[in-house]
Amino acid sequence: MSQLCPVFKREFLGYFRSPVAYVFLIVFLVASVGLAFFVGGLFKANQASLQSFFVFHPWLYLFLIPAVGMRLWAEERRGGTIELLFTLPITTLDAVLGKFLAAWAFLALGLVLTFPLALTIGWLGDPDWGTVLAGYLGSALMAGAYLAVCSLLSALTKNQVIAFVLGVVHCLVLVFLGWSVFNGLLSGFLPVAAVDFIANLGFIPHFDALTKGIIDPRDLAYFGSLIALALTLNVVVLER
Amino acid sequence: MIEVKGLVKTYGDKRAVDGVSFTVRAGDILGFLGPNGAGKSTTMKMITGYLRPDAGTATVAGIDVTADPVAVKSRLGYLPESAPAYGEMTVVEFLDFIAEVRGYRKKAERRERVDRAIARTHLEPVRRQAIETLSKGYKQRVGFAQALLHEPPCLVLDEPTDGLDPNQKNEVRALIKTMAADRAVILSTHILEEVEAICTRIILISQGKVVVDETPDAFRARKPGARLDEIFRDLTRGDA
Repeated sequence: MSQLCPVFKREFLGYFRSPVAYVFLIVFLVASVGLAFFVGGLFKANQASLQSFFVFHPWLYLFLIPAVGMRLWAEERRGGTIELLFTLPITTLDAVLGKFLAAWAFLALGLVLTFPLALTIGWLGDPDWGTVLAGYLGSALMAGAYLAVCSLLSALTKNQVIAFVLGVVHCLVLVFLGWSVFNGLLSGFLPVAAVDFIANLGFIPHFDALTKGIIDPRDLAYFGSLIALALTLNVVVLER
Repeated sequence: MIEVKGLVKTYGDKRAVDGVSFTVRAGDILGFLGPNGAGKSTTMKMITGYLRPDAGTATVAGIDVTADPVAVKSRLGYLPESAPAYGEMTVVEFLDFIAEVRGYRKKAERRERVDRAIARTHLEPVRRQAIETLSKGYKQRVGFAQALLHEPPCLVLDEPTDGLDPNQKNEVRALIKTMAADRAVILSTHILEEVEAICTRIILISQGKVVVDETPDAFRARKPGARLDEIFRDLTRGDA
């Protein structure tokens, strides 16, 4: 575990050594805030909440997180640095966790930088800060789950485009499973219990609960176990 | 120092390495010869713990690499083929990262290690330059600096002079010679004059098997008066 730190540091600072960090942060901030204002009607809703900001996150992450995750391992494979990394005295788990946590911290940074939006809401009205924080927590956890899936897929290939496409497709499945429109479609021919079960496998129901301020340990466990499962498979794939 | 016994590696239905055994003692510079695709790199990757052997063992300083890969990796310096490095980092940043992973946690200690490695490999003029902007010769030296930073008892160098100009080749050879005094060194190459110039032992590998394991003098005595190329060609005729 002691070797996790240098890997984390190199990976996290690595974003800022290239334009990746700035392009990503700007696109994320513009898109997330823009969607909240112009599509979500943050002002028109006339409510002191960030509901119309968070509601787009599952869809926004669908494209942005595979873009961050695709390079995690594919780039190491393509550049041959994976051979360097795994002949240094570190375990595969250290490397996987170090890189994952660095990318997650980077995503969390993007999320934190949306704070002026929360301040605006606080200035205009009187939001429930607990709900706002729960929403941020939910969004960060969901980002971690997307990222863990994308990290796993990135380890399967040395081609970043393939890693990106695989990431989008797999995350799309996880979003769809819990999307109300899709569930409505399913309930036409499946019993309610089955639809509920399927919906529970998706991101949205767990995320929705958190954005409403409901911190249910089961939702936290859902994201936690999804991350743990994906990262375990990530280690297995790399040690193969 | 390095002991290899019956190493086997199979890719699909091709035996890349087929029962390779040899030992390298401290002070030895072992020239690992063979045509491209003979299994040199694969053997080295198994010794360094990057690839898992299908059968056989590799031990470094008495430690089995499959039993305790991290301990072996901390005693090895490895220069992979074409010296991969994180291109967006500067030379100093990169070596500092390597030093940190190698367990030098104090900043002063790290700086001392990095400075010594830079001085040894004559990287002073480019220390603050991003690695991706360096010429091939400098990149190779960065790979070298990375491999000897922790003064390991064993060095494994995969084609250390590949792509260098004659002056750089001489410089690298001189460096290897000074490093080898109390270390076990394995270097792969297909430049025969290089073997004559610095190696104390030759192992020739062809189609995954060791065909020659002797001193350069004995190697030359196989066909007195002939050039090394001819002997090499005679011995590796089986390789397409």
